[in-house]
Amino acid sequence: MPAIVLTVARFGFLVLLWIFVFTVVGVIRRDMFAGARSSRLVAAPRGIGPLMGQERPAKVKRGRVAHQLIVTAGSLAGTRITLGEIPITIGRAEDSTLVITDDYASARHARLVSRSGQWYLEDLGSTNGTYLDRAKVTAPTPVPLGVPIRIGRTSLELRP
Amino acid sequence: MTAAAVSTPQPPDAGSGAVPSVPPARPSGLRNIELGLLAFTLVVVGTYSVAMEAGALDQITAHFWIPIATLAIVFLGIHIAIRFLAPYADPVFLPAVTLINGMGVAFLRRIDLADAIRHKSTDYSAFSGLGFRQLLWTALSVGFAIIVLAIVRDHKSLSRYAFTLGFAGIVLVMIPAVLPARLSMVNGAKLWINFGFFSIQPGEFAKIALLVFFAYYLVRKREVLSLASRRVLGVDFPRGRDLGPVIAVWLMSLLVLIFEKDLGTSLMYFGMFIVTLYIATERVSWLIIGLMLFSGGVFTAYVLGGTIGGPFANFRLRADIWLDPFSDPDNRGYQLVQSLLGLGTGGLFGAGPGEGYPRKIPEVQNDFISAGLGEEIGLFGLTALLIVYLVIVVRGLRAALGVHDSFGKLFAGGLAFTLGLQVFVIVGGVSKLIPLTGQTTPFLSAGGSSLMANWILITLLIRISDAARRPAEGQPAKGGNGPAAGGPAKLQEMPTEVMR
Repeated sequence: MPAIVLTVARFGFLVLLWIFVFTVVGVIRRDMFAGARSSRLVAAPRGIGPLMGQERPAKVKRGRVAHQLIVTAGSLAGTRITLGEIPITIGRAEDSTLVITDDYASARHARLVSRSGQWYLEDLGSTNGTYLDRAKVTAPTPVPLGVPIRIGRTSLELRP
Repeated sequence: MTAAAVSTPQPPDAGSGAVPSVPPARPSGLRNIELGLLAFTLVVVGTYSVAMEAGALDQITAHFWIPIATLAIVFLGIHIAIRFLAPYADPVFLPAVTLINGMGVAFLRRIDLADAIRHKSTDYSAFSGLGFRQLLWTALSVGFAIIVLAIVRDHKSLSRYAFTLGFAGIVLVMIPAVLPARLSMVNGAKLWINFGFFSIQPGEFAKIALLVFFAYYLVRKREVLSLASRRVLGVDFPRGRDLGPVIAVWLMSLLVLIFEKDLGTSLMYFGMFIVTLYIATERVSWLIIGLMLFSGGVFTAYVLGGTIGGPFANFRLRADIWLDPFSDPDNRGYQLVQSLLGLGTGGLFGAGPGEGYPRKIPEVQNDFISAGLGEEIGLFGLTALLIVYLVIVVRGLRAALGVHDSFGKLFAGGLAFTLGLQVFVIVGGVSKLIPLTGQTTPFLSAGGSSLMANWILITLLIRISDAARRPAEGQPAKGGNGPAAGGPAKLQEMPTEVMR
């Protein structure tokens, strides 16, 4: 084997290896800037902490469609769910869309249903009630963007 | 799969300040990225194999392609399984792992060739030796991983077996300690079950089982454990009576250190628990308490090893070698000195694939594989591999962020951290940052149990990342399990114990 071939192979391998690393980092980068940006790893049962500082509280905008449900307070703070057409169920039961571990939540606590782009919040007969901002939800109620839904110690908001 | 589908799943329009509205990435796009990266890893591993044979033998053997082709088939198998079983999973996990695994297989074949040259043999066959064994183990582990992926359709179901798995984990940890040394001792560490023709390291599997239990337990107890009693230097410390679980795990780790004579394993279990505890409670004080307990225990073991010896002697010896390997470079410090010399010879760009002397380092196929590889691919190559490990850990933590239930968060965070800690412990040991301990380098070093356990670990991360990224409308229909059925898993129904 001529020495030049070996040298090319040696450095070629290192270059390929690094191209791979940068490709992977590129894939991750796209994902980071596209997806949830301020989710927190720490799932502690305390207030919303640094989340508010990073992210402006969403303003109530009319005529815009909700694309995400995000948890702003409680043990799952920072979690996001991308919304589709299917109803979102919230509660302690394992088969809920959003499983919340919260002493004040019922197994099947509340449900979010979409009717032609508008989401409605419905209480499923929970023990401690579901609140939209300060008002207790008794019948299916339309949920504007950015208004907190309170279930036990957990707060949720719809975001565009 | 069209070329267009490989391109970005999201339009790159997101303004800097605005919260981008994200259409959920189409799973086929994610999977095509994965396939592309997978092909890339095989090219990288193939390049290494060719360059290695050219460097070591001055020729390229007729069957250099056999390991690469086998790996390609095996990895394509799990890729297809992921397409069907976890279509929304993070596309980075599989290629990152296959790169490291492939480099491991190729480097073990390089050691085989070195042995063949040393024995003046011209048998350069790809069907014998360490490389072939590793190839078989890879195929077996990936097959097992596919089975795990098919069985565990929802990571939350693991929490149902938390106590069973926790008990199984403790039993697995204990087996080598109670077995007689001839059945469990390899190189001074009692971590093995020796079946004669092959041996397994039950502790590798115990890690995952114990993590399930830790995550389950901490989801229930974290409210208590995050209560603070007093504030010292700006850090809230927990109440004395809540220290029980930490002390229990600490004692267990110390018993591992004493009876299995291995610092690394002991550090793994304790570190796993402390970090899961930290993720659950968000209290820095637990990290501080954990570090103090561990360093106190280790220091005591070191002192006792010097005075009474006995079960602590092995640890004392390793610590002494670490403190000054060059005091006895031909005997006790030989391995570490050879490792450091190998890394030093490699320098920045390495001696070149196939141009090193891996057999100068004892146990280069196991603990010291990163030193042997570092000699050939240099600091640049080894750093790239470490970054790939880092990528796996980061994506694991990302899956923990995204998943919608607390058990999943703790479990994924713990799994990712465990992998990172293991890489740190062994690479740190090989490069003389910390005392050397008998950990395997995940996916890289020769060894079936380590490979299999780590493939299971990565499969579980893939499963959790699938759950985290799956859009809400894509919730898997639970076959026949109507909402009213309510399985036996009642983790979320159990009250968290709150004390005032």
